[in-house]
Amino acid sequence: MERHLSVDRQSMLAAETTTMTRTNPYRLAIDQLTIKSLELRRDIITMLVEAKSGHTGGPMGFADIASALFFHEMVYDPKSPKWPGRDMWFFSMGHMTPIHYSALAEAGYFPLKDLMKFRKLDGHLQGHPSCLDTPGVEVSSGSLGQGLSIAFGAAYGSRMDGHPRRVYALLSDGEHEEGSTWEAAMAAGHYRMDNLCAIVDYNNIQIDGHVEDIMGLAPLGDKYRAFRWNVIEIDGHDITAIIGALEQARHCKGRPTVILARTVMGFPVSFMFDNFEWHGKPPKPEEGDRALAELGTSYAEWSARLLEN
Amino acid sequence: MPQMKKTREGFGRALVELGRDNPDIVVLVGDLTDSTMVSFFAKEFPDRFIEMGVAEQNMMTAAAGLSLVGKIPFLATYGAFATCRCADQIRVTVCYSDLNVKIGGAHGGISVGPDGATHQALEEIAMMRVLPNMKVIVPCDFEETRKATLAAASIWGPVYIRFGREDVPCITDANTPFEIGKGNILRQGDDVAIVACGVMVHEALQAAETLAQKDVEARVIDLHTIKPIDRHLLIQAADDCGAVVTAEEHQIHGGLGGAVAEVLVRNRPVPMEFVAVDDRFGQSGNTVELMSVFGLTADHIVSAVNKVMARKTAKVY
Repeated sequence: MERHLSVDRQSMLAAETTTMTRTNPYRLAIDQLTIKSLELRRDIITMLVEAKSGHTGGPMGFADIASALFFHEMVYDPKSPKWPGRDMWFFSMGHMTPIHYSALAEAGYFPLKDLMKFRKLDGHLQGHPSCLDTPGVEVSSGSLGQGLSIAFGAAYGSRMDGHPRRVYALLSDGEHEEGSTWEAAMAAGHYRMDNLCAIVDYNNIQIDGHVEDIMGLAPLGDKYRAFRWNVIEIDGHDITAIIGALEQARHCKGRPTVILARTVMGFPVSFMFDNFEWHGKPPKPEEGDRALAELGTSYAEWSARLLEN
Repeated sequence: MPQMKKTREGFGRALVELGRDNPDIVVLVGDLTDSTMVSFFAKEFPDRFIEMGVAEQNMMTAAAGLSLVGKIPFLATYGAFATCRCADQIRVTVCYSDLNVKIGGAHGGISVGPDGATHQALEEIAMMRVLPNMKVIVPCDFEETRKATLAAASIWGPVYIRFGREDVPCITDANTPFEIGKGNILRQGDDVAIVACGVMVHEALQAAETLAQKDVEARVIDLHTIKPIDRHLLIQAADDCGAVVTAEEHQIHGGLGGAVAEVLVRNRPVPMEFVAVDDRFGQSGNTVELMSVFGLTADHIVSAVNKVMARKTAKVY
């Protein structure tokens, strides 16, 4: 029962929630967010070279959205991961751990040096996220098509309590091939979950090729509109647009919002750019060197930075 | 003849009790409000009742999300759908994350009757008990289902509770002890132990009466919790009786019988026989006919006891 909170305890925590400020702990400006995106991408390449296993292209493409979410928009306390006043986010695309973990580490949930033990037995960073192992991970994931349902449940429960929390479901385009994603989309539209915001990493790539070739998904915006959602379409590398969309989502009442963020797999590394072969493999050391050179650093420099912090 | 009541009503009534005690209790249903008997809760607590439609996978993972914000979600659908259809959601989201989701599986067993094989859950004990963190309870009557439901809310983590469709005899009462993981000895005896769950507990008691007429004294154990299993009680029974028969309304592979065998073979190997469905799907028919055709009556238990006693005497393990 150690994880179970008594009713009294919950009431007490709810009282705390109302008195603490609900704001992002960093609230970085656009130029600083751009720098943070670059740092996240350096983290991703470095940890993957060290791990010799993992997904590269998707996490690179999602770095700008993660930067905006973690360092401008979302409300949380990295020193108190279960702070009841927090917003919640669910990486339905569990394989995005390189960006998920680097964002958590940069945000202060755990030391940056932990990233160098990604996927290793003596680390706490599983290949796909495990909430019992890693602070800041709300729920374990890795089997696709479940995150939107979890987010729906968390949003529903938060609304029952009158909690001001916003709930983010971070989805891949490919996982819209899972039927359960649409069960959740239907329920969220039906129940008018306006505290729920889904963000689709719309890079048109999955393991076997381009999404449109594997299983035609377009017009995705029309599909969500038909399921009674507010739909915002943006360039997922334009941080100003990302912040604007998140704010617009916050103000939309009576409907859940989905942000269809057009991203490019591997962005901005030239030899990974829009290449589905980079979905599920790590860079070899020489590829890592080339990528990090394009990102303005080197493996020696950046791994040293991670290990020092 | 004992009073007859539905186990599913025990589930439905307990949810109302829980709802009155704890504002965090939430109930989700997949378009089966009346037949899972969550209708009592829906009527008294409409704001904490969530109709999820015919979408069990979303219901399971939404329950996971509710538990993450401090709710204690109970979800209800037929056991066959709750487990087989949602196996991945239960494995990855609920169990791997050790979330506080309580699964009510209605229409357990062949006794569902006329609806036929698709609706007769015969595999869920095996499917649920193999998952780390999951607890599995198969109560025998109305009162035990009520207590199991109350108990499920009092512990952290995923729990699967199986109940049936039909009226079944009331064996236990308000004073019968119930603790998750602790089986109850309903009848003492030292010649053979009959370990049963669900509706088969009543059949086991009847079988014991028949056996007593032939001077075979059977110990009858109501093993309502399949996981975590009551190792001590089982090892003691094997020690005292030297032969064990299990009885369950479930496939012969991986259910109660398998769970008991896993304990005994490593601790006190004794001759065992299994009364269960013999690796086949169910079919339509009335409950009494089906229990007979599928080998799940007191007479079948008596036959199994005779067989196991012969092996015990011949020391054939």
